[in-house]
Amino acid sequence: MSNPQLVMYDEEFRHITAVSEKLLREANARVIFLVDKNGQLIAGVGETERFDTTSLASLTAGNIAATGGLAKLIGEKEFSILFHEGERDNLHISIVAGRVILVVLFDTRSSLGLVRLRVKKASEELTAIFDSLMKKAEEKEKVGDPEFPFAEITDEDIDNLFR
Amino acid sequence: MSFINYASRELNCKIVYYGPGLCGKTTNLQFIYNKTADGAKGKMISLATETERTLFFDFLPLELGEIRGFKTRFHLYTVPGQVFYDASRKLILKGVDGVVYVADSQEERMDANVESLDNLRNNLEEQGYNLDKLPYVIQYNKRDLAGIVPVEELRRELNPTGVPDFEACAVTGEGVFETLKAVAKLVLTDLKKGR
Repeated sequence: MSNPQLVMYDEEFRHITAVSEKLLREANARVIFLVDKNGQLIAGVGETERFDTTSLASLTAGNIAATGGLAKLIGEKEFSILFHEGERDNLHISIVAGRVILVVLFDTRSSLGLVRLRVKKASEELTAIFDSLMKKAEEKEKVGDPEFPFAEITDEDIDNLFR
Repeated sequence: MSFINYASRELNCKIVYYGPGLCGKTTNLQFIYNKTADGAKGKMISLATETERTLFFDFLPLELGEIRGFKTRFHLYTVPGQVFYDASRKLILKGVDGVVYVADSQEERMDANVESLDNLRNNLEEQGYNLDKLPYVIQYNKRDLAGIVPVEELRRELNPTGVPDFEACAVTGEGVFETLKAVAKLVLTDLKKGR
């Protein structure tokens, strides 16, 4: 398959959230999301309850996929940064570790320059975390995870979902 | 691929509805949306043209309940069916866990069905997937109309490998949930086999 399965563990989730919270403070942002390229929300910090995070994740991934398609058409590998400017709020979208999308929403209390600067530093930290996460997941997959929660699911479990 | 989040105890899977233009992919999602309790669904997003043809995709997040203590979420997507939107279709197939192929049962759409199914297979191959190894079901839609192809013939043309298939009328909802359940079941079974 083209992409290994994405798995998130408690330890890495805490690290990722900590880096995101630091970025939120240092960039004076309103909210920060991390989204998988397939459209799944990984983490969110800041004023997350004000947004429909599931829709936001799916549309961001669609957006990155569409611009990635455009990039290939003109012979670029990808456009690693997207910026959407609104009247009040702006979106800074960038790709981290090749497969994760970092979304920073900010208003006039911050600036594009500050956001870009802080995102660059946070991206390095996030890349390290995601790289080790991928390695961990791959290793677990290779040797087989004895605690894999779905190894024992029964037809009954599945049928119960649809009752 | 599915996303297993041990931190928030969530399992997310992506299902794509594929098929020729106007076969009823969006209608399938609309019916599911209308018949699902508010707490179990998110907002349905349709990126469509002014004439309500799908331009990029429709998206419907569903929360089915818990399995082994994990909240199980299915993200349903449709592709734009019209032939010239092929670049968009490829993008939506990325990271797919299960495919529903929706066929239009009307006689005059048989060629379009075959062409779209070939297109599905090719686009999946480009992404490194093999349709025969993916959780995959077929829906023969529009069974309520006149001038439709008999199911045996549809099966012969479109389902040579004998994957689970269902007759449906997406407008009234007949067969819609049966199709969804079947593909969701295959996706979860596949996940179990994966380790």
